[in-house]
This record gives sequence, structure tokens and C-alpha cells, in this order.
Amino acid sequence: MSNVTRRNFMIAAGVVGVAGALGYQLNTAKESQKAPAPPPLPKKVVVLGGGAGGAIAAKYLRILDPTIEVTLIEQNKDYYTCFMSNEVLSGEKPIDDIKFGYDGLNQYGIKMVYDRATGIDPVSKKVSLQDGTTLSYDRLVVSPGVAFKWGTIEGYDESVIEKIPHAWKAGSQTVILRQQLEAMNDGGTVIIAVPPKPFRCPPGPYERASQIAHYLKHHKPKSKILIFDSNQAFSKQPLFMQGWEKLYGFNTDNSMIEWIPLEDGGNVVGLDAANKTIRTGEFEDEHTADVINLIPPQTAGKIAIDSGLANDSGWCPVNQKTFESSLHQDIHLIGDACIAGKMPKSAHAANSQAKVCATAIVSALQGKEMPTPSYGNTCYSIVGEDFAVSVAAVYHLDGDTIKPVKGAVGPSPLDASAEDRKREVAYAESWFKNITQEMFN
Amino acid sequence: MTSKTTQYTLLLASGMMLSASLWASEDNRLSLMLNGTCMVCHGSQGSSVGPATPTIAGMDSEDFVDAMMEYKSGDRPSTVMGRLAKGYTEEQFQMMASYFAKQPFVRYQQTVDANKVKSGAKLHDKYCEKCHDDSGFSFNDEASAILAGQWMPYLQFSLADFHAGVRDMPRKMEKRMKKMLKKEGEESLDELVHFYGSLTEQK
Repeated sequence: MSNVTRRNFMIAAGVVGVAGALGYQLNTAKESQKAPAPPPLPKKVVVLGGGAGGAIAAKYLRILDPTIEVTLIEQNKDYYTCFMSNEVLSGEKPIDDIKFGYDGLNQYGIKMVYDRATGIDPVSKKVSLQDGTTLSYDRLVVSPGVAFKWGTIEGYDESVIEKIPHAWKAGSQTVILRQQLEAMNDGGTVIIAVPPKPFRCPPGPYERASQIAHYLKHHKPKSKILIFDSNQAFSKQPLFMQGWEKLYGFNTDNSMIEWIPLEDGGNVVGLDAANKTIRTGEFEDEHTADVINLIPPQTAGKIAIDSGLANDSGWCPVNQKTFESSLHQDIHLIGDACIAGKMPKSAHAANSQAKVCATAIVSALQGKEMPTPSYGNTCYSIVGEDFAVSVAAVYHLDGDTIKPVKGAVGPSPLDASAEDRKREVAYAESWFKNITQEMFN
Repeated sequence: MTSKTTQYTLLLASGMMLSASLWASEDNRLSLMLNGTCMVCHGSQGSSVGPATPTIAGMDSEDFVDAMMEYKSGDRPSTVMGRLAKGYTEEQFQMMASYFAKQPFVRYQQTVDANKVKSGAKLHDKYCEKCHDDSGFSFNDEASAILAGQWMPYLQFSLADFHAGVRDMPRKMEKRMKKMLKKEGEESLDELVHFYGSLTEQK
């Protein structure tokens, strides 16, 4: 394991060198291209949110059409990826492995603004920022991720998240949950509560349970994990359960993980944060634990809700060919916040949507026809040592809805060899390296 | 050492510049959406930053299409590629192939065992160089894969699959591999992996 870590570090160091060289060359090329033609009034695109969707959209808008002025608004200088944050909880990765910055995007001539967007005026086509400035746009890309629906679980709100972390946005919350797991005694109980669908990263809670079990198995083997689930079924369920049987004694008297679905009272209705107790199901049964990870119910990010870009579902309807809002013209929504047919709320899906969205915007601004889009998704879950599974799909537009291409969708086979499960761990690591390389360089 | 590093960096930069201009000079809107689906795992412009997913940049376009058709039919074993390949037509594979064939294969330093690299180099000369010439830096009519600088876990997976008989290989290769394993032992495969993984620049 330490070998792999060392190698990854060397790769990371190599990448920085390459990006630096590329940056210099690209800028030179761009300046010489610009020189001859008299500059027409540049089109302005503002992108809100520098995550898996927004960073990719900003980058490819500039690559496809360097005459477009692109401003990327992001609240945080340090970005912590949610993907691989479960591996921080298990101690397999240090928190710095999922920390990234935006300097690598300088080479594309994206204007970075570290601030919070507080409002969108779709009529005058302006975005206002916390610092009081306003930015006008020809097109706006909103990639805000998710917001939490506080108040749906009695007693659970932002004031208690230091004690009862959600860790569903990575960073300090991830660190808090990790510290609580480290501080817990052997024989302790961990509760993970899963909100009703849809939520960010459908297999995420179950990978989290797996990664925490991986840590406990090696350090606190008498401990238990209870997954209280507001749903009756979950993503890659047979594969997770197979992994749990193989690695964590699932379905035996000595199982480290127990899954309580909705029908068995899996939905959390209340929290007593001071006593670390949740109330679940119809009869409000009480369960006390040493560590409670409550993942709150979710909607599209706050700015999308506040700006009237979401419908009654709390998510944002879009034209699924262009990701332009169905509710407001010239505003595009990508990533977790949007309703993208059958695509899941994953980083890979957001990446794919960002490329389609950038293409749609450039096509519109250049007065060209939008080509037929292609979309993809691959999600890996690392269940434990030498055991990872994936779900993969290629999508196309069927009528006006994004659907998987027939036959090209599905999870890893249940009867895959141990070697394939092991290879999927290596491919999961590679997926992470490559998607973050593409986002931040 | 410094001059080597500089050379290497310049080579990379010029390669990347070429591909950047490809993006800008043609109408690559369709390319971004289609080939963009490959890049999330296989790296920007097809050069993977590892540690296992192979670089597909610079790949022979015919071999690219063949590989994808084999994944699609299930003839070639895989973890995810068999599922993904079913989502595309042969025409789409051809578009991907022609894009990635034009991209430079960017090589990164990998952790290798110097003794294995040395043995691997000898094994390569004896058993592989006849078809995989230039130390596996390029492809030709005889051998379609670029081996030099490919990610080591991927090379290891591929050799293991050939060895186990779950992935087809040309008769010539089969004969040579058999002979090598008989004469040099199982560890010869690993030594080859370290040799190819050690190659970051063409001599």
C-alpha cells in the first residue's frame, strides 16, 4: 500500500511540471492567434461553482472558443472532492489527497473570482456577489451542487454539525467525522443515516459504511455500524452485500454492518444531539450511538433554489440536450442540481454534462447547430481490501430525455473474479487521478 | 540530468501545444462530447496520469476500433470496458480512434525496480523487439500496442490475461511468450513490465 502512495505522489509531482510548461505555451499561442483580427465585443459566460461540473465547463468553454470571456465564481480557494472522501474516513488517504486548487486553470485564461454568488437576475442577466459587485453575462452556467433541507429531521440543523457531522460536502466535515471515528472506543456503535432519494452520489452512503467497516475491522473489531435507510433499496446493493459478506461478516451473527431499510423503520425522524440519540420509523424508536453521521435530505444548491431555477421537486428542470433551464432563458444548470434524465448525481455525470453544456453554449453563441450529444458515467465504490465495484453507462438523448443506450448500462457482474474486483480498485484510483487532473489542470 | 529534464519538458510542451491547436482550429464541439467521455478515465487528450488506466493517446486507429469492437462483443475481457463499449457504434469508435491517434502519448515517471528493468530489457531484446521495435515506443504492422511508458499495472493485467489464455494474441506472440516463460520463468513477465514502465523518453 505504501508503495502505491509513493508512486501516486511521484505522479502528482510530475503532473505539476507538465501543467506549468503547457501553460506557458498555450498563452503564447493564444496571444499570437488573437493579434490580427479586430476584436468583436467578447461574449461573456459566468460559471457559478468550481466543482466537477463548473470547473470542466469553464475550461472547455475557453478551449472551444478562446474569444469567450469566462468568469468562474467559487467560494473556496481549496476544493475538497467528495469522491474519495470515504477513503479519508477509513484512513486510507490523508485529507490533503482530496484537496485541490485552481491555479492550474490559469493557463486557459479563465477569470477566477473567489466569492459567493448571492443572487441571479435572469431578466437583466446579472449575477450579484457577496462583496457587492455584479457581473453581467450572455450565458450563465449554474453548477451549485446540493443544499441540505434543514428542518426535515427534528433537532438536526447546521448548529449541531460539529457534533453530528453530515460529511456530505467534503473538507472540515470529513475531518470531524474521521476524528470521531478515531476517538471511538473498540466496541462502539456508528450510525449512518441515509436520506430519501434523490441525493448526491447514490452509492456513497454504502461505500462510506464499507470504508468505515474497513477501518474498524483493523482497529476496533468489536464495533458495529448501523445504516438507517430512508429507502427500500440502494445502488449496487447485491454487490455491496456480497462485499460485506466477504469482508465484514454480513448476514452472520457477527456482522459488523447492519442495514435497516425503510420498511423496518430505517427513516430518521428526530435527533437528540446532546445525547447522540436518533429516533427512527413510525414508532420513533430510539437508538444511541458513539458516532452519528446524519446525511440530510437534499435539494439543488441554494443559489438555484433562491433564483427560481428549481421546480417543486427541489431540483432544476433543463433541456437535456443543452442543459438550458426550462424556467429561465440563457441559464444552464449542470451536475447534482439538475434533472438529467436517467443520469445519476455523480462527479462523472457532472463532468460529462459540463462538456455537453459547454458545447451547447459555444454552438449558440457562434450561431451553429448543436451536435448530437453523448454522455457517460462510471462510478466506482471501494468496498474494502482488493474489492471494488463499479456501475457504468453510456447515455444518449431519447426524445427529450437522457437515457442509457440499450445494453450499455449496469454494475460489475456479481460473478466477477477476485482478480477483477482487485483491478477495479486500481481503476478507481485511476479514475480519481484522471478526473481531478482534468478538472484542475 | 537537468538537460534531460528540460528536453523532456519541451517535448511534452510541444506535443501538448500541437493538440491544443487541434482543439482550437477545427470544429471540435462534437469531439469534446464524444471523446470527452473517454478522457475522464483515460486522461485529458488520452494520456492517463495513472496509476492503472492505460494511455490511449497515439494509439493506432485501426487497433483502437478493433479493441472497442472486441470489448463490445465480449471477445476481450475487461472490467468496465465491455459495458461501456456497448454504448457506441463502430462509426463513433472511428471518430474516437482518429482523434486519439493524433494525440501525443505523454509519459510519466513510474516507480521501478532497477534490477527488473535490466533483466526486462534483455528479455525485450530477445523475445519482443522483433515485432515491438523501438523498445515498444511506437506501433507498426506487426505490433499495434505502444508499450514504452504505458502504466505498469495495466501492462501487468494485460500480460496476465494473455498468459491465462483469456485474451487472444497473435500466434507469433503466443509462441514467443510460451518459450520465454519456459526458459526464463514466470517472473519474466514482471521484468518486462518494469522495463516498459521505466521508459519515459526515446533514446
